[in-house]
Amino acid sequence: MKEHPKQTGGFWGNLALCAAALAIMGLLIVLPLLVVLKEAFAGGVRLWLASVTDQDALSAIWLTLGVTAVVVPLNTVFGVAAAWAIAKFRFKGRSLLLSLVDLPFAVSPVVAGLIFILLFGRHGWLGTWLSEHHLRVVFALPGIILATLFVTFPFVARELIPLMTEQGSEEEQAALSLGATGWQTFAKVTLPNIKWGLLYGIILCNARAMGEFGAVSVVSGHIRGETSTLPLHVEVLYNEYSFTAAFACASLLSGLAIVTLVLKTIVELKGARDAA
Amino acid sequence: MNPLTRILKHATFLAFTATSLWAAAAADLLNVSYDPTREFYKAYNQAFGQWYEKEHGGKRIAVKQSHGGSGKQARAVIDGLDADVLTLALAYDIDEVAAKAGLLGADWQSKLPHNSAPYTSTIVFLVRKGNPKGIKNWDDLVKPGVEVITPNPKTSGGARWNHLAAWGYVLDRELGGDLTKLSNPEFAAQAAAAQARARAYIADLYKHVPVLDSGARGAATTFVQRGIGDVLLAWENEAFLAVNELGKGTFDIVVPPISILAEPAVAVVDKVVDRRGSRVLAEAYLKHLYSAEGQRLAAKHYYRPRTPEMADPADIARFPALKLITIDGVFGGWQKAQKEHFADGGIFDQIYLPGK
Repeated sequence: MKEHPKQTGGFWGNLALCAAALAIMGLLIVLPLLVVLKEAFAGGVRLWLASVTDQDALSAIWLTLGVTAVVVPLNTVFGVAAAWAIAKFRFKGRSLLLSLVDLPFAVSPVVAGLIFILLFGRHGWLGTWLSEHHLRVVFALPGIILATLFVTFPFVARELIPLMTEQGSEEEQAALSLGATGWQTFAKVTLPNIKWGLLYGIILCNARAMGEFGAVSVVSGHIRGETSTLPLHVEVLYNEYSFTAAFACASLLSGLAIVTLVLKTIVELKGARDAA
Repeated sequence: MNPLTRILKHATFLAFTATSLWAAAAADLLNVSYDPTREFYKAYNQAFGQWYEKEHGGKRIAVKQSHGGSGKQARAVIDGLDADVLTLALAYDIDEVAAKAGLLGADWQSKLPHNSAPYTSTIVFLVRKGNPKGIKNWDDLVKPGVEVITPNPKTSGGARWNHLAAWGYVLDRELGGDLTKLSNPEFAAQAAAAQARARAYIADLYKHVPVLDSGARGAATTFVQRGIGDVLLAWENEAFLAVNELGKGTFDIVVPPISILAEPAVAVVDKVVDRRGSRVLAEAYLKHLYSAEGQRLAAKHYYRPRTPEMADPADIARFPALKLITIDGVFGGWQKAQKEHFADGGIFDQIYLPGK
């Protein structure tokens, strides 16, 4: 039997470290989640149900789901395309493209929102053209979608780039030399290799798309029942002293976070089993 | 142009048009307002909708609301938020929309009665139950150990009223209650001395402010929910809301003997309503604020109606009488007050030194 590496801290030292780690976890992560749930159900299940089925809350939920339904597929396509180009090919401007993919991570979401105001706002670069054609981008649905697209852009690509770089392009080259077309190579060779990484990226992208606050807050205009997403609706309710309703809606977002965590764990486990 | 680009271009155009049309059809009227009017306009929109339906043979309308700090809301409208009507905390913010975006004429304030302000309010003190620090008047705010909560006058309309009310109090005190001396050349020296005292008082007052929130609602939640501070300088309507609906029995309202007449202004945004074809509805919406129903609802939600006889006498009885200074009488109007007090490098910037 293999011997365990010698423990250096001693029993009490290890115990103290574990206790500290658990305390920090509990204080920073578990406790806030419990507070959200406690406040959400402070008025009973019926009040919680009434809060999340209120007309404005429902429209916020639909808006959030709608925006996510547009943003996640688009960013999946963009992410796979970007990762494919960066990982499998060597070309001029490749590192520039890599930096551009990371840009939304580096830029504060509020600044991201302001970029769209500067571009599409009334006094923005395209503002005059848009208003001449009676098109609305900021303070309307297109602006919210654009802001969310921008902020969640890197998630899929960032997940795939290291994976695809590691896998190299030998398998694809083999497929091509055996006479497969480009699409066949992608569908039968590349995609199965990256599916767990891709799924993981999509889950993270989805979670952020539903939870994004900063950038969306800048371009939303905060019109109740029209351009208020779920995170914005939580803020509106909080400012209206409707604390229970605010926490009820926040509990929906927390629920989403927990579902995301569970899905992520399953994907990771399956991915690890496939790899083994 | 190759066919694919053309299809893409058409598709983008269609998608934008569809979403724009959808938005336009869904909202008959968008009212962009400031923070503390949420409850009032919720009730008013419902009442107006019913009235309009009855007047116009069953035609149903919907009013959408957007709320935030008054200055921030004006900024959003300047940047392209399509407000049909503006109901903001002060005339200056609507002036900004007129000047910076040209969406309405500079003479907007003369279009409706009473300076286009269908209801007024004032600034009062909200204190903890039993008034443990014994705060009665503006002088008590700068006593040792008193913490004052007021939002940031750079972003909040309410905070600007707070600042000017405090300033006006000192002028009134120093000039023996005769504010006409301010514009009388005979008393120029006395007026200058009073202004200097007011400046010293305001500088002292901000030393007692532990946190500057960005809006009136934020400041109220800081005081009410987070329990910070001994006194909140608040809109009278916010103070009533806190006392009657939030923490029954945990707060008291203290009305100082003198405060400022706050006139939250309303206006139709000409360019937007003409483009959207909503002028008639928008004008009816604002005019109805002056009707018996509008005035009654304003009083019910703790705003002082312009025509008190139209409102419920029980609601009116809640408003104590006090001496009210005006922005035009003491500060020469909003444009001048804004420039002197709140513009970059103005009095607020000179005297507010965080953490000192």
